Amino acid sequence: MPSTYTMRDSNPTSMARELKYCQAVHEAIDLCMGADPSVYVIGLGVTDPKGIFGTTLGLEQKYGSSRVMDMPCAENGMTGVVLGSALAGMRPIMVHQRIDFALLAMEQIVNQAAKWHYMFGGRKSAPLVIRLLVGRGWGQGPQHSQSLHSWFAHVPGLKVVLPSTPHDAKGLLISAIEDDNPVIFVEHRWLHNISGPVPEGTYRVPIGEARVLRRGSDLTIVALSHMALDAHRAAQTLAGEGIETEVIDPRSIRPFDEQTVFESVRRTGRLLVADTSWRHAGFAAEVVARVAEELGGRLKCPPRRIALPDCPTPTSPALAAEFYPTANHIVSAACEMVQARAWRPTVVPTPFSLDVPDPSFTGPF
Amino acid sequence: MLRIRLIEEGIAELYAEQQMRCPVHLCIGQEAVSAGVCDVLGADDQVMSSHRAHGHYLAKGGNLPAMMAEMYGKATGCSGGMGGSMHLIDLAAGFVGATPIVGSTIPISVGLAFASLLRGEPRVVVAFFGEGATEEGTFHEALNFAALKRLSILFVCENNLYSVYSPLSVRRPAGRPIYRLADGHGIESRQGDGNDVEEVHALAQEALGQIRAGAGPMFLEFATYRWREHCGPNFDNRIGYRTEEEFLRWREQCPVERQRRKGIENGWLSESDVKGWSDEIRDEFSAAVAFAKASHWPETRTMLDHVYSAANSPTVEVGRRAA
Repeated sequence: MPSTYTMRDSNPTSMARELKYCQAVHEAIDLCMGADPSVYVIGLGVTDPKGIFGTTLGLEQKYGSSRVMDMPCAENGMTGVVLGSALAGMRPIMVHQRIDFALLAMEQIVNQAAKWHYMFGGRKSAPLVIRLLVGRGWGQGPQHSQSLHSWFAHVPGLKVVLPSTPHDAKGLLISAIEDDNPVIFVEHRWLHNISGPVPEGTYRVPIGEARVLRRGSDLTIVALSHMALDAHRAAQTLAGEGIETEVIDPRSIRPFDEQTVFESVRRTGRLLVADTSWRHAGFAAEVVARVAEELGGRLKCPPRRIALPDCPTPTSPALAAEFYPTANHIVSAACEMVQARAWRPTVVPTPFSLDVPDPSFTGPF
Repeated sequence: MLRIRLIEEGIAELYAEQQMRCPVHLCIGQEAVSAGVCDVLGADDQVMSSHRAHGHYLAKGGNLPAMMAEMYGKATGCSGGMGGSMHLIDLAAGFVGATPIVGSTIPISVGLAFASLLRGEPRVVVAFFGEGATEEGTFHEALNFAALKRLSILFVCENNLYSVYSPLSVRRPAGRPIYRLADGHGIESRQGDGNDVEEVHALAQEALGQIRAGAGPMFLEFATYRWREHCGPNFDNRIGYRTEEEFLRWREQCPVERQRRKGIENGWLSESDVKGWSDEIRDEFSAAVAFAKASHWPETRTMLDHVYSAANSPTVEVGRRAA
C-alpha cells in the first residue's frame, strides 16, 4: 500500500516529474516571487518551522523577511492592510491555516476587496490571493474543518478556486497570483500529501475552466476539492461494476464552467454532485440547479448530491467516521442511479482509517 | 473651508430635487479638519476616508464635477456612477478611496503606507475617520500594525460626539479620551480643537514633520460637531437625541466664521475677499452641477463591466457569463 495516494490523469502524458500537492503550491509561490518583486506572502505562521504544511518552507530565507512575513492575530485588519498594499501596486498572498479563521475577515473580503473594482467604476483593481485551508481529521472539530467555499462563491467580485491535483494547484495558484482580482484559493488539508505529475517552470491553469478527470458515458460526477479524489476512486470501483462515469473537477466555482458540465450531462443524462460541504444552500445545489434549468427534461433520473450531514463537524473519531462521505457513498449512489440497484461490495475499498488521509498523517493538525 | 461649506450647502439645497439618489453625509461644521490637514499634504501623499468624505475629497484636490456627477449617478462620475457619495475616488489627486463601513478604510490606509514602506516610496498616508470607528476592531488592528512597522501614516479622528444618534456616553467608558487609545498602541497622539483651522494646521504640520522624519505613525483627535443630520440635508436638533442649545453652542464655534473674523480683525482678509471667493465657488459649484445633470447615465449594458478587472486575468469569460 503506498503511503500517499497518487492521482493520475485519465490521459497520462510524458510528464515524468511528480510532486506532492504542498510542493506544487510551494513551487508556484517560489516562481511568482522570483518573477515579480511585488509578490509577497503574509500570514500567521508562514515563517514558522513547519511553513504552512511545507507550502512556504524556506521562502523567507530565499526572499527575505520583507517578502515572507508573519503577522499579528488580526485577520480582518490585516486583510485590509494587504488590500491597501494591493491598491498600491503589491501582489500579496495571504494565508490562513484554516478557512474558519477567515470568517474574522469577511468584512474586508466581501465588502471591500470583492467590490473595490466595481464600486469605483473600474478605477482600481485589487490583485490579492487569499489561501484558505480546509482541515479534516484528527479531531479538527466544529471550528477547524469547515468547507465554506460556497460563501465566497456567492459574492460577485471574488474568484474562487479549489484545485484537487498537484498540477492544478500549481497552475491555478500562478494564475491567481497574476490575476488582477481577489482570488480565494481553497486547499483541502487532505490534498497536501497527494502526489501527481507537475511540469517544471511556469504554466497557468485558466481560472474558470473545469477539468475532466475521467471520461465515461453512464453518469456525470461533479466533484469538488477532496471529493474529486473520492470520485476518482469511486470511478475505478464503478468500472468494475459495469458503470462508466465521467468525473469533472470544476476547479473553479466562481467563475464556474457550466458548459463542460452541460456537455457531459447531455451525453450521460445523469448528474451526481459531491461536495466537501453541507448540502443546504451549498455549491452542489448550484450545480444541480443549473443543470435542471438547462437540461431538466433530458435527465434520466433525478440528480443527487453527496454532502455532509446537516450538523457541525463532530470531534470524536467514532463520529467523524460517519460524518464524512466517502468513495463508497458515491459508488452506492451511482449504482442506484444507473442500474437501479443497491451496491454490494465484494471488498470494501476504503484504504485507510477515516480519521486520517494516509498513514503519514499523524496529527495534531 | 469656505469652498467645502458652500459646496455642501449647495448639495443640501439641491437634495430636495431628489435627483441625487444616494445617501449623503455632510460635514458642515467639521470643515476645518479636512482643510487644515490636507493643506500640509503634498500631491504624492495619499488620503482615504469613510462615509462623510466630501470635505476630505475636496481638500485633497478631488475633481468637483466628477464628485457631483457621481452623486447624480452619472457615467462621468468619479466612480462611473457605481458608488455615489459614499464611494468617492480621485487617484490623480491622491484620494485613494472612501467607503462607508465604519472603520474599514483604516487598515486599507495602513496597507497603502505598508506598500510605500515595501516599495521605498517616501509618501505619507492620511486616514480620516470619525470617533465611532475607534470602537471597531479594525481600528485597533490597524494601529497595532502601523506601530509595529513604524509606517508613515497619520490617523485623523474627527470626534463629532455622535455615531448616528448614539452619544459617546453609551459607547465608551467615561473619562477615557479617544486619543489615549493611540498611546496604548505606542502611537504618539495629540488632541486639538477641530473647529480652529489654524490649530488643526499646526498639529498636522508638526505630525507630518515627525512622520516624514521617520518617527512612525501619529494620531490626531479633533473635537468638532456635525451640524446637520447624520445622513441627509436637514437639521435634526428637534428629534430628541441632542438639543438645540448644544447645536447653538457649537455653531458659535463655526470654523469658517471664526477664521473669517480672525482674518478681518487682523487685517489679512477683507469682506470683499470673502465675497469674491464665495461667488467664484458658487459659480464653480453651479457649473459642476450643470455638468452632472447634463451628463449621460451609465448604460444598462455596462452593468457587469466592472465586476472584475479584465487586465491580467487569465480567466475564461468572466463577467459576461453570470459567474
